[in-house]
Amino acid sequence: MTDAIVIGGGLVGAAIALGLRDQGLDTVLLDEGDIAFRASRGNFGLVWVQSKGLGAPWYQRWTRGSASEWPALADDLATRTGIDTALQQPGGISLCLSEAEFEDRARRMAQMREEAGNFGFDYRMMRPDELREILPGLGPSVVGGSFTPYDGHAGPLPLLRALHKAFTDAGGRYVPNAKVTGATAAPNDFRVETAAGTFAAPKVVLAAGLGNAELAPQFGLNAPVRPQKGQVLVTERAQTILPMPMTSIRQTAEGSLLLGESNEEVGFDLSQAPPVMAKIAVRAVKAFPWIGELSIVRAWSALRVMAPDGLPIYDQSERFPGAFTANCHSGVTLAGAHARVLAPMIARGALDPVLDPFTAKRFDVQNAA
Amino acid sequence: MFRTRPDIRPATVEVLVEGNLVLVPEGATAAAAVLLSGLPSIRETPVTGSPRLPLCLMGVCFDCLAEIDGVPNRQACMVTVAPGMRIARQHGARAARP
Repeated sequence: MTDAIVIGGGLVGAAIALGLRDQGLDTVLLDEGDIAFRASRGNFGLVWVQSKGLGAPWYQRWTRGSASEWPALADDLATRTGIDTALQQPGGISLCLSEAEFEDRARRMAQMREEAGNFGFDYRMMRPDELREILPGLGPSVVGGSFTPYDGHAGPLPLLRALHKAFTDAGGRYVPNAKVTGATAAPNDFRVETAAGTFAAPKVVLAAGLGNAELAPQFGLNAPVRPQKGQVLVTERAQTILPMPMTSIRQTAEGSLLLGESNEEVGFDLSQAPPVMAKIAVRAVKAFPWIGELSIVRAWSALRVMAPDGLPIYDQSERFPGAFTANCHSGVTLAGAHARVLAPMIARGALDPVLDPFTAKRFDVQNAA
Repeated sequence: MFRTRPDIRPATVEVLVEGNLVLVPEGATAAAAVLLSGLPSIRETPVTGSPRLPLCLMGVCFDCLAEIDGVPNRQACMVTVAPGMRIARQHGARAARP
């Protein structure tokens, strides 16, 4: 007897599936296969707090909460699977390359603190003299940056591998090449047809990334997510030189520098061309001229799973209770919350009120009237 | 599967592999020089320190990384030899130079 079906084997689905399994639910994890867009495999790898939730303090708290769950998640995964997710949370910096950027950043950080209320939000706007004490070889174009102590980074691929291994080691059932071809929904009674067979359970969780847009209506849910392309450049490995991650530059545990970040609204298109890649490289070299001496050995693009307002969507179906949806573009940052906070709520059968603001009903026209 | 090329070329180009003189044919790669030198390895991997020699010889596996004429992390199989070229061991990850 299956207690729960999770649709989507990426970071979001795997974290929730592991969390459900740890709550004692007999759980099946359905994965589409290598034809899927697999945002999890293109993730930049930040566990990032400082830019999340401007004007939406509930998102700021959810993100902070997830970052604080991360050490326990990383320890648990390392103990159970032997896989090191390379978590480091030394704080992080968002660099500003113009006075306008710096002023905008300072304004955003002040607003974040104000919106945090009694919850608090520590940050510091730094000028180059102070930044130079932390970051080696800072370029003359850098006019400042914002630091918060909550930020960090981890390896998305070891994380994905560890979540899968912990899940299957705990008795969870992983089914690959199981693209959903049909579904029937009734309250706490779901049947999901896939290329790998039919599955039935009283609970279903939609965590299929961009696939959720099409799946959700079949379960009385709404997930209006769209693809947003991001590109990443990777340098040759270098000895550890960066003590903490930045918004668009981080050094992995193995020594590669990852350079981002870009946002393109181009639909389901993963192609890469020089103009955006050049912009990423130029910005990185302005921040740290010595990066120009490193060879680029790889580049990739991936599609973020974006809601209209950029925030996650979490819902339980009113029409078909037992059906849940989870959508976000921060599969690494939110892994702690998904495995350790959201999954227990789903196991209990009710999302906590802290997640109310994340409902897709916020996009309903009737609500705004 | 593989056959010796019919046009055996004389080894006329002098290069230094870890300071040892090696003669290789014109047009050969630095990776060929490394293999001819008889060294047991030309690099250690950055993460585990595992010793490596050139493997794929077509620019894919990165196991032939070497410091060539002072430039670290070069794929020796993608570099054509030149007289006097200095090919040295790549010890793990290179240093970034701020």
